[in-house]
Amino acid sequence: MEQALDTTLTVNGQSVTRRIPARMNLVDFLREELGLTGSHVGCEHGVCGACTVRVNGEIVRGCLMLAVQADGCAVETIEGLSDSGELAKLQKAFHEKNALQCGFCTPGMLLAARDLLKRNPKPDREQIRAHISGNYCRCTGYQAIVDAIEEVVAHG
Amino acid sequence: MKAPSFAYAKPRALEEALALLSRAEAKALAGGQSLIPSLNMRLSAPELLVDITGLEALKGIRLEQDVVRIGALATHAEIERSEAVAKHVPLLAEAVQHVAHPAIRNRGTIGGSLALADPAAEYPACALALDATLVVAGTEGRRQVKATEFFKGLFETALRPGELIVAVEFPAQLKDQRTAFAELARRHGDYAIVGLAAFAANGTKRFAFFGAADRAVLARHAAQAKDLEAAKQALAKDLQPPADLYHSPATKLHLARVLLERTWNRLSTPR
Repeated sequence: MEQALDTTLTVNGQSVTRRIPARMNLVDFLREELGLTGSHVGCEHGVCGACTVRVNGEIVRGCLMLAVQADGCAVETIEGLSDSGELAKLQKAFHEKNALQCGFCTPGMLLAARDLLKRNPKPDREQIRAHISGNYCRCTGYQAIVDAIEEVVAHG
Repeated sequence: MKAPSFAYAKPRALEEALALLSRAEAKALAGGQSLIPSLNMRLSAPELLVDITGLEALKGIRLEQDVVRIGALATHAEIERSEAVAKHVPLLAEAVQHVAHPAIRNRGTIGGSLALADPAAEYPACALALDATLVVAGTEGRRQVKATEFFKGLFETALRPGELIVAVEFPAQLKDQRTAFAELARRHGDYAIVGLAAFAANGTKRFAFFGAADRAVLARHAAQAKDLEAAKQALAKDLQPPADLYHSPATKLHLARVLLERTWNRLSTPR
């Protein structure tokens, strides 16, 4: 039982080993230890979705997982998923539909949208709304975000 | 805010976990979707977190004769995708759609939700409606607790200090049984304003309401009523809901009656 633990994980395909304080959450580790500041810290209690990252292929709240719990896991962030091109169509559609203003929610929103399209390539508007219901946007009123995701559904 | 500091251990065997959890200042960490917010908000400050997510004995969902045994570590997402749950515990399959949001459903567990006993949570009501049994373990051994005996009050359960939920067993639904689930929330995935898990078989009905008291409760008077109107009237004897930030007790009782009406006809229609 220790207050800090040697932890090895892969982040965007690269293996990382660090001694991490048990109390540090995953998104703080990514931002502060690895400099991956694309995942944002909003509410820090699992409500806003700004810290959404992928762990072993599944989206999770980066503020509700301890970094030491990611030992042995494959973590992907907005940086990795942008570089790989996996989010390119969504990013283009968000741009074209003005689906962001301040951009704070956008990385989490893109990960949630991509998660939906992986499982269900033809969701309707209601299914899109339900799937992004855990990601808050305080600028757009969501219409443009749903429009952008619909655009990718319609035109691939 | 950030969590206070604590020690962390991730045991590989149940006995080891139970030994660690028998310490007074230890707390079990499963999916963490309620515990970590409470740490971040400094509402909770355990000295030791025992991460139980490595315990294989607490994993898996399977049909065992006439029950579906769901390991305490089954996540909401696993329950959502489980064929055994969809086929044999359709009430739970319906309920899980209302549990939080996808990113939270990927981590949060059924054992964690039952052990927390949030009065607005879906699973405790499902467990009551289906007369489920919880399997719990401590350093002194295992025991079984009926759901009707498990929920004791606001975030209070029959778990003794140091005990863990190992699994929950739901009776597999029989052909002549029907269930229905309904929930009202301000936004999809939010905590329920009020919700209802309902069960019917051969003249027996069970209505388990959540978000309407300090814990999930069976509406026993409504369940005895001959028709819908009588049941709606009787509900006033079963529920005296406390107000929340947005809804008065009268509004909540009204909404509980709305849900009773919505589920009533589904219980009387063959599957």
